Amino acid sequence: MALDSATLVHLARLARLSLGASELELLGADLDRTLAMIDQLQQIDVNGLEPLAQPQAPDTGNRVDSVTEEDHSAQLLGLSPAAEGGYFLVPKVIE
Amino acid sequence: MSQTQWQAVIGLECHVQLLTRSKMFSGASTAYGADPNTHACAVDVALPGTLPVANAEAIRLAVRFGLAVGAHIRPMSVFARKNYFYPDLPKGYQISQYEEPIVEGGSVRVAVGDGRSITVALTRAHLEEDAGKSVHDAFHGATGIDLNRAGTPLLEIVSEPVMHSAAEAAAYMKTLHRLVRWLRICDGNLQEGSFRCDANVSIRPEGDSTLGTRTEIKNVNSFRFVEKAIEYEIERQIRELEAGRSIVQETRLYDEARQQTRPMRSKESAHDYRYFPDPDLPPVVVPAELQEAERALLPELPDARHARYLEALQLSAYDAGQLTGDRETADYFEALLSGVPGQAKLCANWVLGEVSAALNAAQYDIVACPIAPAQLAGLLGRIVDGSISGKIAKDVFTAMWAGEGSADAVIAARGLGQISDDSALVAAIDGVLAASPEQAGQFRAGDEKIFTWLVGQVMRATRGKANPSRLNQLLRERLQSC
Amino acid sequence: MSRIEALDTVSGQLAALAAGSATAIALVERSLERAAALVELNALITTTADAARATAARLTPGSGPLAGVPFAQKDLFCTRGVRTTCGSRMLADFIAPYDATVSERLNAAGAVSIGKANMDEFAMGSSNENSFFGPVRNPWDRQRVPGGSSGGSAALVAAGVVPFATGSDTGGSVRQPAALCGVVGLKPTYGRVSRYGMVAYASSLDQAGVLAHTADDCARVLAAIAGADPRDATCSTRPLDDYVGALGSGVRGLRIGVVAEYFGAGVDPAVAQAVRGALQVLEREGAVLVDVRLPSLPLSIPAYYVLAPAEASSNLARYDGVRFGHRCDAPTDLADLYGRSRAEGFGTEVKRRILAGTYVLSAGYYDAYYRRAQRVRRLIANDYQRAFTEVDLLAGPTAPDVAFALGEKAADPLAMYAADVNTVAVNLAGLPAISVPAGFVTGLPVGLQLVGPAFGETRLLAAAHALQLVSDWHLQAPGAAA
Repeated sequence: MALDSATLVHLARLARLSLGASELELLGADLDRTLAMIDQLQQIDVNGLEPLAQPQAPDTGNRVDSVTEEDHSAQLLGLSPAAEGGYFLVPKVIE
Repeated sequence: MSQTQWQAVIGLECHVQLLTRSKMFSGASTAYGADPNTHACAVDVALPGTLPVANAEAIRLAVRFGLAVGAHIRPMSVFARKNYFYPDLPKGYQISQYEEPIVEGGSVRVAVGDGRSITVALTRAHLEEDAGKSVHDAFHGATGIDLNRAGTPLLEIVSEPVMHSAAEAAAYMKTLHRLVRWLRICDGNLQEGSFRCDANVSIRPEGDSTLGTRTEIKNVNSFRFVEKAIEYEIERQIRELEAGRSIVQETRLYDEARQQTRPMRSKESAHDYRYFPDPDLPPVVVPAELQEAERALLPELPDARHARYLEALQLSAYDAGQLTGDRETADYFEALLSGVPGQAKLCANWVLGEVSAALNAAQYDIVACPIAPAQLAGLLGRIVDGSISGKIAKDVFTAMWAGEGSADAVIAARGLGQISDDSALVAAIDGVLAASPEQAGQFRAGDEKIFTWLVGQVMRATRGKANPSRLNQLLRERLQSC
Repeated sequence: MSRIEALDTVSGQLAALAAGSATAIALVERSLERAAALVELNALITTTADAARATAARLTPGSGPLAGVPFAQKDLFCTRGVRTTCGSRMLADFIAPYDATVSERLNAAGAVSIGKANMDEFAMGSSNENSFFGPVRNPWDRQRVPGGSSGGSAALVAAGVVPFATGSDTGGSVRQPAALCGVVGLKPTYGRVSRYGMVAYASSLDQAGVLAHTADDCARVLAAIAGADPRDATCSTRPLDDYVGALGSGVRGLRIGVVAEYFGAGVDPAVAQAVRGALQVLEREGAVLVDVRLPSLPLSIPAYYVLAPAEASSNLARYDGVRFGHRCDAPTDLADLYGRSRAEGFGTEVKRRILAGTYVLSAGYYDAYYRRAQRVRRLIANDYQRAFTEVDLLAGPTAPDVAFALGEKAADPLAMYAADVNTVAVNLAGLPAISVPAGFVTGLPVGLQLVGPAFGETRLLAAAHALQLVSDWHLQAPGAAA
């Protein structure tokens, strides 16, 4: 069940990974083999089995609605590779 | 020209910002208007290692909504990740609810004008977090991202596609807006983006049961523009189909200047959101006790109030509708009425008249009204017991608004008490008759119209304080007796 | 081979500090000297010598349960002011403004961090060959891998640089390197220790763990880090057991299930023999060995390699060059910013798993892969649950072989994945497990894995402790320049 290159390109796009042709080919081959291995699961009879999402039932309650955080903007903006005037910057987005 | 009769099919998805102090999954503030990124904490900025923890109040408010619309509240619902990349979405996914939302079903009754009502069924309502904001014009070649809004709790309310005109959609939006404010789950501030609606619009030949391709009109922030945008879109789709073209499934924005919808440029054709249950969050549990507690706290809903005003208080449909436009006005009216029992129409007139005008002029909401219902009841009581005329009452009202004191205090201070004492009135009448023998003669000769002039003269002489009905009676007696 | 010293253990160091025969500063210097001497192991990404000295100087011995004991932290635990790289170019310069809960609690207990341990990038790997900062070398044989992803942590303990280190375990990443490096590696029950500030790989599988030479030391560290944390909604509020106090419980009457599937075809016969030998030691101490089966065990690899990459693909979406982390030069537009920053920032194995995870969640495949894998996960968890109705603990080799040569499996990811078969099922079921030194094959360490029922850490530690009272594999140390 080899993945076609269009699917691979689509996956890379979905995952926002700009991969060169050769890298894409290598990763594609790896993905093919992984998917073949994963396909073992198709043989299993999963009738009557409920999906297990969280291995232990969480018992922590929800948060009380109160403001516990102050202004961290200087610190947080300081972590960014591109921040100005109090904003995080990205290349211009047109809507 | 086409022979096809087209039917528009419209569904609305409304994003309602819930009235919590802190965010859906973090303890940062949700207060509007702060400097950029000052209300964003490490969790909101999605720093590595941070984790979400759900806000109990947001869950409670969602339950309140579900109960108010007669929906099914899921005892257990699940948070899911909606994965996509956008700069205002720090984690690269939005925590929302997908297959198992907290509220399912329910309906809203909507008055669509001319005494007609429709019932709009709801598909579901679910909890999710809001994204941040982009600022496009402030930076050269760049877009600025403000994450203050990121993580604010939203209730997304999805209607069934059961509306068939822009007017119906706008009426539904207004009704829903009133309801969420009424329930105190949202402040409904359209300018601040607390209440936003996306409209899904498609058309089909009349009588068809399948749905046509739909477009989504996003983020229109006023009732008027929603109606205009949908109107335009319906016409556009009809034009397209009648020209033999097909409708492209896409997201569109409303261009207010051109009064048209146009496609959003940056959206891709189809998102693959790769939803899966969020492993960082336990299921949302709503125990029966929480449901019952919220049910007990539900206020009388707008429709029930409206009906009560019509039936029990005998108010007109117009008055009832205006008074139940928001909960604060209805509450003010009822507090006022409790101070002047049996005077529903008088109270309605004053709330919708003087009070409303004064609030508008001062740009106040009714909760900021400087005259409390009990104080206004004092004033209306003096009209009812004849101490002052309605006309004088308006002056007293103005004085009370300006802070001169209670109704009685103003009446006493300005000597505005209506003259009901017969001897004083007779004296005033006799004075006027003596000064106006010609007009008196005209009346006795059969000129009924001159009576009004004479009344006016007595009113002037008493500086408006004469009790009108008593004056009429006594004037007639005096004229006839002389 | 040589033997470890008393000062290579937490208990030994605490005793020396209490007796006054060592000072905190001296212990820190000892660690720093050894770290410097063993820099070729490449086990540390960041060494915080000055901060460690300053902390040690301020410390009062006995002021906390771990006061004065130097340790290393796997470089995915956020440490305020000190970079947290996750072994990745993406976070090579990232300095978190907060401490992970685990870091915070260890600091509060008085332990002294000497630095951040090397690891497979974003915890994805079983050999510590996937680090942007270069591979870690096994102290027992510098040409071999230490295991992964907590390879640096295991190597630092094995080499006597620190008496304990923190790690994380998603599919075996604490236990397997512990086995390959001849130390004890404890993975607590999912939810026993907070994940707040521990950079996420796969949220429903990740758990913080401890590496040390003795079960006693692991118990002490677990007691310091475990317990409720309101910042992590998946962290249990269940009270802690007395891990240290219960160490001496012994194994008399303890039913240990010897899992046939743990001794599968891929396990080296010499390794299997060593592990059986260790089990016989326990039997002599009073444990009862019972043959058990976990028929679904072989499914754990495909299930894991659906679920872990899926969650990872979502967890790693936040690394986009916008708010922190690596950003490409001169991005031409948003797509370029994301695409190149991520392609440059992530290594090959991370990209593999992101692509696989994206695939199994994508439209049309969710049911066939993700949901199906979750149902198989249930099957595996049920198997364990059933086994624990028959026995108290389960046992088998932690890894199928001793440490392999650097580069040997790098070209064959699937072979690398397959070797995790004895460990990943434990994470799928969310159970606690421990790897204990159980012998040597060709001079290289072998680990015995014991698995317990949920929140059964006490029994695990007691069994490991019992083994260590009557064996000395854990007291062996690699010779100088092995």
